[in-house]
Amino acid sequence: MLDWLRSGPRLTGTKEGCAEGDCGACSVLIGDPRSTLQQARGEDDGDGEVQYQAANSCILAMGQIDGRALVTVEGLKSEHLHPVQAAMAENGSSQCGFCTPGIVISLAGLAARKSAAGAGLAARKSAAGAGLAAGKSAAEPEIAASGPATMAEVNDADIHDALAGNLCRCTGYRPIVEAARKAGITAIDGPHAAAFAKIEPRKTISASGSTFHQPQTLNDLLELRQEKPGAILLGGGTDLGVALADYHSDWDEVISLAHVRELRAIRETENHLSFGAAVTWEEILSSIADYYPSFATLIRRFGSTQIRSMGTIGGNIGTASPIGDGPPALIALGAEVELASSSGHRFMALEDFFLDYRKTELRNDEVIASVSIPKPVEGQEFRVYKISKRYDQDISTVCGAFSIIREEGQVRSARIAFGGMAATPQRAARAELALVGTNFDQNAIEACAAAITARFQPLSDWRGSAEYRLRVAANLAERFWRDVNGETVEVIAL
Amino acid sequence: MNIDAKIVQRSIVGKGIAHDSAARHVAGEANYIDDMPELPGTLHAAFVLSPVAHGRLNGFDASDALAMEGVAGVWAAKDVPGHNEVGPILHGETLFAEGVVDHEGRVIAVVAARDFETAYRAAKKVKLDIEALEPILDIEEAHRRKSYVLPPQEVVEGDVDKALASAPHVLSGTLRIGGQDHFYLETHIAYAIPGENGEMLVHSSTQHPTEVQHHVAGILGVHANAVECQVRRMGGGFGGKESQPTIIAGAAALVAAKTGRPCKMRLKRRDDMIATGKRHDYVANWKVGVNERGQILGLDVEYLARAGNLPDLTGPVITRTLTHTDNSYFIPNARFIGHACKTNTVSNTAFRGFGGPQGIITIEAVIDTIARELRLDPNIVRAVNYYGEGTGDMTPYGQQVEDNRLAEVTDAVLSSAEWHYRRAEIDGHNATNPLIRRGLAMMPIKFGISFNLTSLNQAGALVHVYLDGSIFLNHGGTEMGQGLFVKVAQVVAEVFQVELDMVRISSTATGKVPNTSATAASTGSDLNGMAAFKAATAIKSRMTRVAAEYFDVEEEVIIYREGRVHAGNRSISFGELAKMAWAKRVQLSEAGHYATPKIHWDGKTMKGRPFFYFSYGAAVAEVAVDTLTGETRCLRADVLQDVGSPLNPAIDLGQIEGAFVQGMGWVTCEELWWDKAGKLRTVGPSTYKIPGSRDVPPQFNVRILDNMPNREETVFRSKAIGEPPLMLGISVWLAIRDAIASIHGRVPQLDAPATPEAVLRAVSHAKGAIRV
Repeated sequence: MLDWLRSGPRLTGTKEGCAEGDCGACSVLIGDPRSTLQQARGEDDGDGEVQYQAANSCILAMGQIDGRALVTVEGLKSEHLHPVQAAMAENGSSQCGFCTPGIVISLAGLAARKSAAGAGLAARKSAAGAGLAAGKSAAEPEIAASGPATMAEVNDADIHDALAGNLCRCTGYRPIVEAARKAGITAIDGPHAAAFAKIEPRKTISASGSTFHQPQTLNDLLELRQEKPGAILLGGGTDLGVALADYHSDWDEVISLAHVRELRAIRETENHLSFGAAVTWEEILSSIADYYPSFATLIRRFGSTQIRSMGTIGGNIGTASPIGDGPPALIALGAEVELASSSGHRFMALEDFFLDYRKTELRNDEVIASVSIPKPVEGQEFRVYKISKRYDQDISTVCGAFSIIREEGQVRSARIAFGGMAATPQRAARAELALVGTNFDQNAIEACAAAITARFQPLSDWRGSAEYRLRVAANLAERFWRDVNGETVEVIAL
Repeated sequence: MNIDAKIVQRSIVGKGIAHDSAARHVAGEANYIDDMPELPGTLHAAFVLSPVAHGRLNGFDASDALAMEGVAGVWAAKDVPGHNEVGPILHGETLFAEGVVDHEGRVIAVVAARDFETAYRAAKKVKLDIEALEPILDIEEAHRRKSYVLPPQEVVEGDVDKALASAPHVLSGTLRIGGQDHFYLETHIAYAIPGENGEMLVHSSTQHPTEVQHHVAGILGVHANAVECQVRRMGGGFGGKESQPTIIAGAAALVAAKTGRPCKMRLKRRDDMIATGKRHDYVANWKVGVNERGQILGLDVEYLARAGNLPDLTGPVITRTLTHTDNSYFIPNARFIGHACKTNTVSNTAFRGFGGPQGIITIEAVIDTIARELRLDPNIVRAVNYYGEGTGDMTPYGQQVEDNRLAEVTDAVLSSAEWHYRRAEIDGHNATNPLIRRGLAMMPIKFGISFNLTSLNQAGALVHVYLDGSIFLNHGGTEMGQGLFVKVAQVVAEVFQVELDMVRISSTATGKVPNTSATAASTGSDLNGMAAFKAATAIKSRMTRVAAEYFDVEEEVIIYREGRVHAGNRSISFGELAKMAWAKRVQLSEAGHYATPKIHWDGKTMKGRPFFYFSYGAAVAEVAVDTLTGETRCLRADVLQDVGSPLNPAIDLGQIEGAFVQGMGWVTCEELWWDKAGKLRTVGPSTYKIPGSRDVPPQFNVRILDNMPNREETVFRSKAIGEPPLMLGISVWLAIRDAIASIHGRVPQLDAPATPEAVLRAVSHAKGAIRV
């Protein structure tokens, strides 16, 4: 998409800084009239606001915006500068200016999300009185009580979340963050959702020698999958798109999962949350925060806003990276994955899905259909810790997830999983056993740490040496223990 | 010329005016080279790069690449009509490898095709015939094997051996200092457009258009007057575009000359990171002799700098390390030696600070070690060693410190940072918190301003006044985001007392102002501002003569104010005066030239006065360190920087903040990592981590030292700003050391960068037990 933007319509405000979705100079806003969240909340009456999300155009294939709105930095300026642009210009927020358009886009996206959140909350309040969706925990009523103004307020944490996918090498960010505070909230002046009502994603798009299939039902998808077992299965493309942007990947046949209704669903039952494989991490983030705040914190560090708005849970699992952040948390939570093919569905524990480095149980006639996560139970403590060189938008050196369930102080069950420690995300069974039956005391934690050390033989690379990975993985057991006992255990919390 | 007396009032200089391109930056309307409309027939070029660190290059087979549709050709060393040379200082540094490849990413050939993707894919299809040779990858191994690109340099003062022999305490250590990738957001790019009669116009993202012009001429085998280099703006430079752009511009120009078609060459991020240089990583072996008070009696430092495969700018980089090893401290007996180690890694180059940061982090590690070994307050150890009355004011390289502001900046920053209160609070925290330790540190900087090489300290500017009173400004300085253009425009607007928007800022172009120095060494506004000041002042004095004649008054009576020219209560507009001057056949154009006074340097004895003046600053940083994972976070930084009387305090503030964060990145999260075969594996933002917005200290108090005009006669008594505050980022590293030292009081064994892994190793060492 970036190549097209710059050479086709010659919208050169959008820049290439890295072509791997990591610097944000290529950011654009993608407007989607079919938000899963709205659907899940039953708010999609086809006439609502278009939801805008920043995305990395350098790793997006053109087919991915079929039926969606695209706004570039040039489009934000009408007669006047957009409030974010004006605040940035007045605040010394640009020096060399090369990252600036991407930063403007990310902050305009934040301003729009906040605006929509404010409007949505106001609408929900007036429609349902004080009543809110059931099953929400204590956090939301508090927000509701203080009304849309607070909900729509831009705080520094939001700004950093919005900027996590944008690098600036000149300013030191202070004037950018300040401009974001000053700019406030503004909706994107784009097409209304009604304008999209009649635009259905095309079944196939053919261009430049490649065919982009967009099945809309699971049945259609499974038929295609059987017909074209060699076709690329495209979720959000945050991994595949990097190869595309480096021109070393030929996409002859692509099957996009983005419009498969069943894969876009978020379902909630009494004891489970289930996410279709094509649900994005940004959508998961807002669904899971109340149940597993620690998982939400991890997801917030998962790539960037741009990456999370593209990347999907199915893609994260299917790509089977040993350093993906989703699997350790999901395995520790006891997630189950659903695989579907024309011959039927099968379910398995996520840890059994991964066979070896980048090898999985997925057959070439199958797709990942959904992932289901048990809801928290009484006495459960879950934490997931990501260790990386940089807090935001980095890949884990080690990611460790811990879940215990206690009854009357005693650990009844434990699940511990790590990423970055082996060729696949893996559980540490002996480390789990070291906790079960104990009172979760220091001795138990030391035994757990020792079992972790004995369990893994990690690799050395630029993210960390084997020694470091091993030491940190073991130390995370102590962090978990102190964390559960109420200590402040992370420097970011200071 | 007296810069203070000539100006009636300061109405534009000294104001915090926004960057001239700010409104276009935010709208995506500021054009970089890749945004320029492409001429019909434009080719795109990509490099064929060595996949191995060291090998004999027997040749290559480009037939598969040439068979691809749209590929225009492949060219290498043998195709260069002139000299295959791109060295900024020395001869023999080739653009295309000849016979040997000596680092991964070494340029072997250039492929051109109808579009970028085809060129890039074609380059990958060129089959290389390389016989692998054993590489030298480690600095210390290079030193052992006497593998150097240049002879060693040495700054010697007094008798260091004697001082160390008689000192009450002698301490020693080794510090490993990591390199740094510039990570300008805009990668290297050039667009070469052939003209008639051998002419070549090269748009290059360069800090040094003159060097691009000369090397392109040399490569093409034409005179310099056939080549013009232009640059409107860069998407960041930081020194990475000082000498390196000749590689890209040279290749683009070669293709353009060979094909007669315009050629654009833009590097993919990975190619940019493996084919062009970075900040030099160093190993510093030091030995210091001190008295009971921690006062330095003698300091012996041996630096091993990673030059990489070629000298490039390593010589002057080492000179600046040696002339900044004193930082702010009087060292009566000194021996600082710098070895330029030749390794099979990409040739390192200029990077903001230019060797200064490596010298300053070394002496700060020495000071920190002295304080902890002798159980003294590090700030007191610093103070007893400051240049001044109690110590001395002669640097080891023979320049007297005449403008000492160390006490002012230190006292001010300690007070604004509430040092005493916070020191006690943090010590209290550490006494009760085994898990997350906090640390606090203060450091000063004294940074020498001028190119070490005296001849580079000159600049030219071109000013035209048009008949409508509008002004055209051109100078040899380049805009890379640092706000140079607006500062120099302010100087010109100030001279004529016109609105800033009457001064048109224009692209740097070798055809307008020739024989320029790189925009580097923080000297951009000092040199170009002064050259523009001189040009504008010369025009103004001629115009004043015309005005005096018209009003029939003495010239002294003529006053320029708010776009008008006054004589008592009569006045005319500036434009009217311009028309009048033209009618009188008075020249309304001037080329100004400035050469920095007072400076001299003897490269043989390594003595002289290399710096016109010093810039001072100080910072206090507070960090938190997780003793289980080694993760760190800077919680607060207080920064105070001396900028003299600033030309533009808003721009300067941006420079200070940006430099501090870049310096913090260098000593914390930014790590270059080569594998055992000598391949760089940190080749993009997914693997090489520069600071993000959340890494900026949540309390970040940056101030400019108030009302402190430069003692020397610089443009409006301002001071340079580009580089000095980068080194204040070292305070974050010192604070991490302080946090680690709180564990058992031992001297922290911490190298730079302090990645979580390096910190955890130092924490384990401090705990006295390395558990694996």
